[in-house]
Parts: sequence; structure tokens; C-alpha cells
Amino acid sequence: MSSSATLMLEAQGIQIWRGEHLIIDDVSVSVPASSIVQIQGSNGSGKTTLLRALVGLAEIDEGQLFWQGEPMTRVRDEFYASLLYLGHKPGITAGLTPYENLMALCPEIVANQTVEKETRKWVLAVLTQLGIGDRIDLPSVALSAGQQRRVALARLTLQQATLWVLDEPLTSLDAEGQRWVKQQIQQHVATGGSVVFTTHQPIEFDDETVITLSLAQPS
Amino acid sequence: MYRFAERLAPWLAILCVLTLAAGLYLGLVVAPADYEQGDSYRIIYIHVPAAWMSMFVYMVMATSSAVFLIWRLKIADIVAVASAPIGAAFTAVALLTGSFWGKPMWGTWWIWDARLTSELLLLFLYLGYLALRGALESPQSASKAAAILAIVGVVNIPIIHFSVEWWNTLHQPASITKFDKPSMHISMLRPLLLMVLAFQLLYFHNLMVRVRALILQRENRASWVAELAEKNHV
Amino acid sequence: MTSKKKEGPVNTGEFPSKQTVEFARGQRHDASAGHLCLRFFQRDLRLAVRSTGQWLNPLLFFVIVVSLFPLGIGPGPATLATIAPGVLWVSALLAMMLSLDSIFAHDYRDGTLEQMVVSGNPVSVMVIGKVMAHWVTSGLPLVLLSPLLGLMMQLPSAAYLTLVVSLLLGTLSLSFIGAIGAALTVSINQGGVLLSLLVLPLTVPVLIFGSSAVSAVASGLEASAHLSLLAAIATLSASLAPIAIAGAIRIGVAASR
Repeated sequence: MSSSATLMLEAQGIQIWRGEHLIIDDVSVSVPASSIVQIQGSNGSGKTTLLRALVGLAEIDEGQLFWQGEPMTRVRDEFYASLLYLGHKPGITAGLTPYENLMALCPEIVANQTVEKETRKWVLAVLTQLGIGDRIDLPSVALSAGQQRRVALARLTLQQATLWVLDEPLTSLDAEGQRWVKQQIQQHVATGGSVVFTTHQPIEFDDETVITLSLAQPS
Repeated sequence: MYRFAERLAPWLAILCVLTLAAGLYLGLVVAPADYEQGDSYRIIYIHVPAAWMSMFVYMVMATSSAVFLIWRLKIADIVAVASAPIGAAFTAVALLTGSFWGKPMWGTWWIWDARLTSELLLLFLYLGYLALRGALESPQSASKAAAILAIVGVVNIPIIHFSVEWWNTLHQPASITKFDKPSMHISMLRPLLLMVLAFQLLYFHNLMVRVRALILQRENRASWVAELAEKNHV
Repeated sequence: MTSKKKEGPVNTGEFPSKQTVEFARGQRHDASAGHLCLRFFQRDLRLAVRSTGQWLNPLLFFVIVVSLFPLGIGPGPATLATIAPGVLWVSALLAMMLSLDSIFAHDYRDGTLEQMVVSGNPVSVMVIGKVMAHWVTSGLPLVLLSPLLGLMMQLPSAAYLTLVVSLLLGTLSLSFIGAIGAALTVSINQGGVLLSLLVLPLTVPVLIFGSSAVSAVASGLEASAHLSLLAAIATLSASLAPIAIAGAIRIGVAASR
């Protein structure tokens, strides 16, 4: 285990109740820099809840969160500035085109590109890689669930974030799309980033140090 | 907190019954009849304290909601939940007695007088609060959302009051605020103050009982609750 | 699904590759508050322009409700003129309630609210943009149409300007106050009725000052006091409501599964 200095995200003794039911019982997660953490478990094992708790979208009853060694409550803004979260809901607005959606979700890509034409070219290239380049100006309502998912996944390349937190990133993707996502994840880790994601089936990675956390239903 | 509530409750009950009895005796038997309204004015011994309490309880609710949101004190949330139905009941009593009082005074069961209208709106606020709590499934989010609503409500209450007064400038001046120049005779005022005290005690007693029940309900997975349950069964 | 081009490295030379960019902390905070607010304002405006029903339906509702009153009460011009300020104001209030649901409901369902929260930008600033867009698309059309309905309700001609000004200020307050209710009920299925239940008592001051302003002018009195009170409420709600809305959104997002 790495020393605490290189830990990006850390969760200690997380306990989450939903009403009378114990969803997460004393789970700890450590996410070192340049690492992949798989949270694995069957349906109802609470992996989504745990993931949401990690990014502050679900309330924690017991336990603590740390970002780069600091208590989360103190550094929440810095944490969010380094976070890319893709949840169960893709965050794609039906009334906007994929391009508009991406511009709304990652505004800093505009700042990186001085000319809007360049930005557009970039976004188009990424969407083309994902096989939906021709949909860039169609309203997202015309896209299938899988295609909407791909639009959201385009953020993996477009947005800069040290930590990726992804909920079931491979669902509703075909083999090619899955390969693309795995490739992104490996590249991200190779450049010092960290990835936490949930999955009900373990994903094989070539040569990375993958930490697998199996969640069982608390008794 | 649970022990505190448990110990306090019976004392509050005794005090409450005593003041209630004294207040009612002085109010209904000793105090003279009003020369204009006869005996019907005596309903103020219920109406005025209930109306006061309806406001007071909302303030308690909003204050404890703020405490809950800022310091995350669970007991503050429990106090707020426990208070809401009591406050709503006081408001309803104030409205009903106001209506009973209105019949002999104005010759009609309902009149859109400023204070009754404010009371009615306050009842809507209470009901909205209870409805929001009932509608949210997760207890954590219900507590927090209701707390925000209570605070928004308390910011609004003075504005609502002011606007209703503005809307209806034809109303009786408040009957109790003028302590320096009492518009009521002392023999009528004394039972009124006693009744106010009695209603306060009634509220606190009710609050303690409800707080106890809610603590037990929420902490039902704690070991001390299990011990308590075992002890009481044996 | 369309056929895909060859698999390749993500960033080819001409696009800035992630490797070359230092992971900078706080990068997303460059946007100023005004800019952030404007972004959401434009976004919601664009969405409203694309879905006609969103702004048209409340407007039609407003027209229909006002037309029901002469049918229910009788067409006597004197009666209509007396009740006109109240009818117009209550109908506008109800039409606003109807439109409130749309402020956050879609954004909640598709995950936009979640992304707003985890973006690290101040939620209260973003919601100001959204609420202003709601006002422009829901409140402003009512204001613009109100003189026509005033005509149908035999409103004395002196009162038109006051009607427009009072509705202008009043609908702004209603958007902000109503957005609190919309945010509080965002995670509740069929929260529409509950939303009205929560919000309507809070809107009483706006209704009172608004309709009494119009009545006052209609009967030949001054309404400057009413209007300044309305302006005060608008200022107060625009400055305080965003805090409550932001808090409510965080709670609503946490309540979802």
C-alpha cells in the first residue's frame, strides 16, 4: 500500500444507512495516484451509493473522506476542481446537441482553445472516435441511450481532471466502445491520473496495478 | 437527552394541569363578564394562548431547523419534527375558537379579519411543512428539505403578516401587547396570562413525549434502546 | 450505430494532448460569477426556445383562466372592472405555479443537477441564471399579454401601466420564491401539487401588494407605495432565495438513487 502522501482520495470506515437498511457497512477505499480502483459487486450491493458518497452526492452516516490527505470538508472545492464524475445519469440534456452539451459540461475546453473553430474540430474528432461524429449537431433526444452515454464519455478526453469517478462506464457500449473506454482509462493512469469505477463484472487491464474492492451485501 | 425528556415530562404534566386548572377557574368563574360581549369573550382564554403558541412553536421549529442545518445536531431536527404537528394543532385551535368567537361578535362564523387570515396562512405553512416531510422518502433529505422550508417560512412570516395587515386595515388592535396601559381589567388579564403559561407547559410536555418517542424510533438500532426494551419487558 | 474509423491514440498531434497539460488545481474556477450565471441563463433560454410548450402552455393557461371568470360570474362590465385586478393577478400567479415544475425537473432527471453540484462552481450563482431564464420565458410573456386580458376584463384604462409594472416586479419574485419550492420537491415524483402547496402561502404578500396596486390606481389612488414594496420583495427574494435553492438542490440530488 502506498503511503498516505501519494493517496489521492481516501475514504475511511464509510457507513451508509437508508432508512432502516444498512447499505454500506464500514467500507474503506484508498485511491493512490496513478491507479485504477474497481468497485465490484452484484446488484444491490451498494456500489453506486458508495461511489456517490465518494463524490459528495450521497450522505455518509459514519466515516470520513480525505482528498490528498486533507479532510474533504475543508478542500471540497479543490476536490471538485480535479474531479470528473460520470454517474448513472449521463448529464446529457435532451434539448441540446451533443456539442452544446459538451460545451456546457466542460467549459474549460473553450479556455484552452483560443478559436471556437478549433474547439469544434477537437470535439468532432473525439465524437468521431466514438462513432457519433455525424450526430454532433443533432438534438440529443434523437440519440439512443448508448449514444448519449458516448457523448458523456467524450468528456474523458475533453476535460482535464486528475480523478475520474465513473459509474458502470461500460454499460450500453459495444465491444469497440468498451475498448475505447479502457484505453482512455489506461492512458489517464499512465499520465498520473486515478480512476475509480464501479462494475458488476471485473474488467481486465493489461499491466496496470488494479485495486479491486468487492462489495458484499451487508448482513 | 432521552433521560432528560423522560424525567422532565411528568413534572411538566403536573405543572401544566395545575396552571390549566387555575387559569380555567379564574377565567371562567372568577373573572367578570364583559359589559359588551357578556360571557362569550371567555373563549379568548383558549383563543389567545393558542394563537400565541402557534407563532411560538413555528419560531421554535425554525430555530431548531437552523441549528440542525448549521451544526448537524440530530436532536434539533427531532425537536422540529416533534413541534410541527403540535404547532399545527394550536393553529387549528386558534382558528376554530376564533371562528366560535366571531359568531356572537360579528354574527358570522368566518370573517376575513387580518389576524384570522394570518392564522390561516400559518396553518398552510405548517401543512406544507408536514406534507413535504411526508413526501420525501429518505429521512435525511426529508429533514434537511423541511428545515430549509421552515427557515424560508420564518423569513416570510413577518412579510405575510405585514401584507395581511395592509390588506385589511379594519381589524381590532392586538389586545394583549399594551401592558403599560391595559385595555383589559386585571381580573381578566391574570387568567389569560395563566392560560398562556399553561399552554406553554402543554407544548413542552407534548414536545418531551414526542421527542422521546422519536429518539426511540430513530435510534432503534442502538444498543441502549434494546436494553431498555428488554428491561421494560421483564 | 454508424461504422467507426480505425482505433487510434486519442490525441493526435494537432489537438492539445492531455499529457502536455499540467493538471492544474482550481482550473475550473476561472469563470467569473457573472459569466457562470450567464452561461446557465443562455442554456435555459435556448432550451425554452426549442420547446415551445414550455413557455406557451402557461401563457395559454393564463388566458383561459382569465376568460373563465366572466363566464362564471357574468359579463357585467362594472363587476368585471371591480374584480379585474384580483382576477388578473391570481391567474398570473397560478400560471407561474404551473411553469415552475420545469425549472429543475428535467435537469434532475438527466443528471445535469448532479453535474452542477460536482462542478465545484457555486450552485447559488448557477441557479440565478436558471431562475432568470425561467422568468424571461414564463413571467415576461404573462406581463406582455396582461394588457390585452385587462381589456377583456374591462380594467379602467388608467391602471394598465400599473398592471404591467406590478406584474413585472411580482413575477420576478414569484420565479425566485417558486424556484425554492421547485428545488425542494425536485426528487419527488408528481411533486407538482405539493410544490403549489408549499409555494402559494409564501406568495401571498406578492399577490396582495400586486393586486392592490392595480386596484388602487383603478379607483384613482396612488400606487407608488405598493410598487416600492413589490420592488423590495423582488430584491429580497432575488438575493436570499438563491441560497435556499442551492441548499435544496444539494439535498434533492443526494436523495436520488
